[in-house]
Amino acid sequence: MWDYTEKVLDLFYNPKNQGAIEDPNESGIAVVFGEVGSIACGDALRLHLKIDIDTDKILDARFQTFGCTSAIASSSALTEIIKELTLDEALNVSNRDIAEYLGGLPEEKMHCSVMGQEALEAAIYKYRGIEVEEHEDDDGRLVCSCFGVSENRIRRVVIENNLTAVEQVTSYVKAGGGCSSCAAEIEDLIAAVQQEKALTATRVAAEIATAQERNRPLTTVQKITLIQTVLQEVRPVLLADGGDVELYDVEGDVVKVVLKGACGSCESSTATLKNAIEVRLRERVLPNLVVEAVS
Amino acid sequence: MSAVIYLDNNATTKIDPNVLEAMLPYLTEYYGNPSSMHSFGGQVGKALKQARCQVADLLGAEESEIIFTSCGTEGNNTAIRAALAAQPDRKHLITTEVEHACVLNVFKQLEKQGYIVTYLSVNRKGQLDLMELEAAMTGNTALVSTMYANNETGTIFPIEQVGAIAKEYGATFHVDAVQVAGKLPLNLKSSTVDLMTISGHKLHAPKGVGALYVRRGFRFRPLLIGGHQERGRRAGTENVAGIIGLGKAAELAQLHLADVAQEKKLRDRLEKGLLAIPDTEINGDRKNRLPNTTNIGFKYIEGEAILFSLNQYGICASSGSACTSGSLEPSHVLRAMGLPYTILHGSIRFSLSCYTTEAEIDRVLEVMPGIVDRLRDLSPFNNDQAEWLQDREEAVVSNR
Repeated sequence: MWDYTEKVLDLFYNPKNQGAIEDPNESGIAVVFGEVGSIACGDALRLHLKIDIDTDKILDARFQTFGCTSAIASSSALTEIIKELTLDEALNVSNRDIAEYLGGLPEEKMHCSVMGQEALEAAIYKYRGIEVEEHEDDDGRLVCSCFGVSENRIRRVVIENNLTAVEQVTSYVKAGGGCSSCAAEIEDLIAAVQQEKALTATRVAAEIATAQERNRPLTTVQKITLIQTVLQEVRPVLLADGGDVELYDVEGDVVKVVLKGACGSCESSTATLKNAIEVRLRERVLPNLVVEAVS
Repeated sequence: MSAVIYLDNNATTKIDPNVLEAMLPYLTEYYGNPSSMHSFGGQVGKALKQARCQVADLLGAEESEIIFTSCGTEGNNTAIRAALAAQPDRKHLITTEVEHACVLNVFKQLEKQGYIVTYLSVNRKGQLDLMELEAAMTGNTALVSTMYANNETGTIFPIEQVGAIAKEYGATFHVDAVQVAGKLPLNLKSSTVDLMTISGHKLHAPKGVGALYVRRGFRFRPLLIGGHQERGRRAGTENVAGIIGLGKAAELAQLHLADVAQEKKLRDRLEKGLLAIPDTEINGDRKNRLPNTTNIGFKYIEGEAILFSLNQYGICASSGSACTSGSLEPSHVLRAMGLPYTILHGSIRFSLSCYTTEAEIDRVLEVMPGIVDRLRDLSPFNNDQAEWLQDREEAVVSNR
């Protein structure tokens, strides 16, 4: 029997915000839904959002879920988390936020939280008129054909959740959970991601150490090298969303980047800039860096 | 939580109090080793002999044809390996798609070792096609291994007909009767079965004990090598208390066979009540099933969620849904039957025992409609979309 937390069981037995949202046909209010999963996959979530068009705020969130105890609880948790958030803020909600809200999920059930996050993205992209196909059809090659999971999606979940084993990847995005013939490929992907990560860490550390040794600030060349390395690390996350980023220039502490693909047309690009890119650059390179987008 | 209503007897059963009573002295007072050359151990040996007779009686076999094992898995592993050793020149094996993992996974491994395995399909009711078996048989077939009745649906296979075909080609015939012993009368004396597996904990004996029937004269090779226990056919000091328990349980099961009709009556009552809930159907062969088992598909909702809902009322059942296993794929048995995905994930198995009461069945019937309504209320899918859903789900599967 699954060892669910009290919170999971409570939201399963007494779910909050279940059902659909009727479109009130009021001016300034939009109602939209995003859907992921299917009966064949064993779980499906239809997330309904009521959005204030002026403020971009989520006024109401409701769910309809076909799935197990933790799928229902994760859906309900998601609706509680995102109410009152702006769409940009909501896009920053990760599957880990959902799992944490629930006091944790059994690892085999982490894909329930991923499903919540994906339905949220689907709903917001739909509202913003970003083609769902464009979002799903990332450049990544299909790794798991049983559950239709691409290389980029696997890379993303490995990076974001710091996964180290195939079983974990299966628990998070189902990849490898069918015929498991892709297990070796997933292993390779994990190894590649971990290696890239280790490499970046060493390079960043080395550059900073050199600079400190000489008791001098980083040269522009050093800065660019470091920024490039960190951007390489962020790219898979953006790629998974159908976007991309490229370094344009560095002027003093201002890092200028070009956002591409879905990121370019996405209204939450500011959030992406600040949260995905700037935070990391500040953490890894220099604490006073500012990221700006140029077109 | 309220008192437990245990309707998961195909998973395991309660130890009969009489079984426990028979076992206890062998866990306390009579701890001797049956192989020892003193009467303290010797009396334990006598008790084992009695247990062997009790199990042989249940199977309609001879005492010397019974080997005690540790479980059904050991029995099935031993039987399959023994069949290969009996005819080492033959490299073709036949089983079915709906076997228990402890049979299927042995065959999967044997395939890697170079054996050719035919997995017989089943139809929508879970029945075998004997023509398919006939067509698959060759002079190179070493073994036909099938279950007697399916653990998930209760569907019974016509084992004597299967055995007759196996014999025509000189193949060994093994039957996994783990779900059948104690539920249907067995008479192996007039049977085509060479090897039959049973397990103690499915018939009110404890876990950790089982038996393998080996027809007299069968060229048997042991799986476990060591001492001379079980006449050299299964080395290892005997699980004495467990074996005594299995013997007693076999004796009681034989007596209980007469009351199975009552179990069936309750099962039918449960089934009738559950089918009154809209969009439900029975999975399996309604006419030819174990009397204690029903497997019902509740459309548009997911099995694990149903089980956790039942659990609130202390009701224990099981499901073929993917989420109950952690394997991400729903039951291989229901998939082999070709059930639509709208039912697959929402299938629930209730399996009764002689302890099941009418009041318990009525309690399930009282709470189940509310559980199903609530989960359907939460679900984005319903019967209005039935056709659209079916097409969509087929597309999802074919895209894989």
